[in-house]
Amino acid sequence: MSQTASEIRLTRARGRPLEQALRWLFFACAAISVMTTLAVVGVLSVETFYFFQQVPAVDFLFGTRWTPLLEPKSYGILPLLFGTTLIVIGAAIVALPVGLACAIYLSEYAGNRTRDLVKPILEILAGIPTIVYGFFAITFVTPILRTLIPSTEVFNAASAGIVVGIMVLPMVASLCDDALRAVPNALRDGAYSLGATSFEVTAKIVVPASLSGIFAAFVLAISRAIGETMAVTLAAGATPNLTLNPLESIQTMTAYIVQVSLGDTPAGTLSYQTLFAVGAVLFSMTLILNLIANAIMNRYRDVYE
Amino acid sequence: MNVQALRLKKRHRIASAFKLFCLSVTCLAVAILGILILEVTLLGLPWLNFDFLTSFPSRFPEKAGILAGLAGTLWLATLTAAIAIPIGVLAAVYLEEYAKPGRVSTFITINIANLAGVPSIVYGIIGLAIFVRFLGLDRSVLAGAMTMSLLILPVIIIASREAIKAVPSSLRQVAFALGATRWQVTRDHVLPQAMPGILTGVILALSRAIGETAPLIMIGALTYIAFVPEGPMDEFTALPIQIYNWTSRPQQAFHELASAGIIVLLLVLLIMNATAVWIRYRGSKNKFM
Amino acid sequence: MTQATEVLLQASTVSIAYGDQLAVKSVTLPIYQHRITSIIGPSGCGKSTLLRSFNRMNDFIDHVTLTGEISFNDQNIYAPDTDPVAVRLNIGMVFQKPNPFPKTIYDNVAWAPSINGLKDNMDDRVEQALKQAALWDEVKDRLHESALNLSGGQQQRLCIARALAMNPLVLLMDEPCSALDPVSTARIEDLLFELKEKLTIVIVTHNMQQAARVSDFTAFMENGVLIEYGPTETLFTNPENQRTEEYVTGRFG
Repeated sequence: MSQTASEIRLTRARGRPLEQALRWLFFACAAISVMTTLAVVGVLSVETFYFFQQVPAVDFLFGTRWTPLLEPKSYGILPLLFGTTLIVIGAAIVALPVGLACAIYLSEYAGNRTRDLVKPILEILAGIPTIVYGFFAITFVTPILRTLIPSTEVFNAASAGIVVGIMVLPMVASLCDDALRAVPNALRDGAYSLGATSFEVTAKIVVPASLSGIFAAFVLAISRAIGETMAVTLAAGATPNLTLNPLESIQTMTAYIVQVSLGDTPAGTLSYQTLFAVGAVLFSMTLILNLIANAIMNRYRDVYE
Repeated sequence: MNVQALRLKKRHRIASAFKLFCLSVTCLAVAILGILILEVTLLGLPWLNFDFLTSFPSRFPEKAGILAGLAGTLWLATLTAAIAIPIGVLAAVYLEEYAKPGRVSTFITINIANLAGVPSIVYGIIGLAIFVRFLGLDRSVLAGAMTMSLLILPVIIIASREAIKAVPSSLRQVAFALGATRWQVTRDHVLPQAMPGILTGVILALSRAIGETAPLIMIGALTYIAFVPEGPMDEFTALPIQIYNWTSRPQQAFHELASAGIIVLLLVLLIMNATAVWIRYRGSKNKFM
Repeated sequence: MTQATEVLLQASTVSIAYGDQLAVKSVTLPIYQHRITSIIGPSGCGKSTLLRSFNRMNDFIDHVTLTGEISFNDQNIYAPDTDPVAVRLNIGMVFQKPNPFPKTIYDNVAWAPSINGLKDNMDDRVEQALKQAALWDEVKDRLHESALNLSGGQQQRLCIARALAMNPLVLLMDEPCSALDPVSTARIEDLLFELKEKLTIVIVTHNMQQAARVSDFTAFMENGVLIEYGPTETLFTNPENQRTEEYVTGRFG
């Protein structure tokens, strides 16, 4: 069917309502992410606000006793912060050097076949659910630790820290690998042509050139360690304890949140609201760390030429 | 030049030692995976039998089984997929195909990137406050699925955007030039081309959801139930919760049960990841150009 | 003038293959001391591959095989017990695109000596090298600024200074001016005349006029084969081989 020129209409007769509707639908889907952020910030802020009306913020942030569920009640979060910190330190000691060394090996030394073998293995390690790591901590790491150092308690920060480190290790290795591989080969060529060994090129030229990427990886790893829940709930204990001794039982912020929700504390009570207050601190810490890591990667992006 | 020669020897020795060090550390990391799998398999395999897969938890280890957890996880995975996949993929479609680059689009992108880094337990807290309490869904599978959807939505969006971005713009140009609307171009050309990448991302996101425990504990998934959910509003438990429950008991027998549960969980994840790899492989053979 | 002196570096029937692709086919090329030898030829003729084999930089590329012999000071640099690091201490290289380290100007030059344990008199060493590269006057007041702030021509002279810091006997240059503007190119060419008194220079260039201006001896390669080699004046004004004549008169390449 052919039309004469005068019959052809170029304007939209109906404005294509379907297209418009679909566009709004898709926008709504994308906006859900913004709504999620609003929900997170909103819920945590509101509940924490109510909490601070009954417990002064200073007492909460700087108090040294955390017994919100037992008499006499005390709402100082420092023991939980110390507990989380112990885990993070343990995880960092395990994951950061090992992850960086793995990345150096994969990026600077390994051939393609080795990379194709090791990288999937690291991905598998990254995909193992955290509950499995908790199990591993209790059934494998803790018994070994207690054999080596008999004064280690059944629940202790070291086991959990080690295992969280193993969990975070693949992420560190992968991100550091990306950072190292982003260094242009021209730099390596220049260094080798001056008569340097592979150690000198790697340690004194390549790694320094990718330092901000490596640092961002470390910050992200710490953020994940802070947010880790199941391994520490199973292995680190439920005893808020203001200590720096990794062989003792402690409680992290995340483990406390689990404890409250598993227990019988009635909703609406102050003790229950501690859940949100601790959640708010947890969320703030990880958010700040993630923003720092992003800022490092964006603003201080490694410049090579 | 003899001082030079001595120094060279020392420098070479340091270089070899460093390479050996990095290699050993890498082998260590790989070995840890081996140890983990070995331990779990040795402990759990003896308990893995048909009865185990079809029984409910019990105070007596010999009679305990993973049926409730398995059923709950399957319900959860299905519901989460039904909720998160459409929303996530369509959100990615909006951001890649419809949104004009600008402040709104950047703001949403930053939002999603931040959400991807939020600890899973925080999602549990939100799920508790909004889905369980505010919407009154109680400790149902639906509440669990909605919470999990929030958790994996950023991952799905990011992966889908990558897949859609990879579709060559020439494909879109050709379709537009033939007089198609934006939705027609997206539906008939972009999405099919991006589907392998999207599916891979979706499967990986779902496997993350399946392994998560903390958010489910927060919304009240039970640790000891002796029934299979029959509707989305039923109470439920899940594989990881069951594993958690058994692991937290002191008796060795329950630890062995837990490792049997872990084997089941890892097998489910293995099947899902293998499917993702297979899809990625099949998809790469069907490209437009 | 262009008289042959002692042979310092020699390639003897050298063939280099990437996998099964032969890039250099049985080349015999003596490099004379204190002279500038240029290697010219169309793209892909194997000149860069040959150059890189002189300081064992091809070691870093997978599946590269070399047959024949390359000797430096009568020692085979590909012998199994030869240390490539030692080779590179004596034979330096400047690359096509300037590649300074993301460090200060001072640290760029000081790096090679420092990893060799030569930490005394570093300031003098750095100054010497920068003077030899005709860069000292321009940077002496900002030695501790980033090298990346320099212009392209300055960066390349910095790379030359960096290579000179360990006092190598030979300097290999792989199209060192192709990424630079004519003024910078001219400055580096002037530099080469001064350097020739202390060093032996091998320069790969796709710019025939540069070869004619700068070098004492010229080698013309095509398709991996050394077509002709001789004093520059002769090669350009009175080549023996017809292919050479066609190339230098611009009929191809």
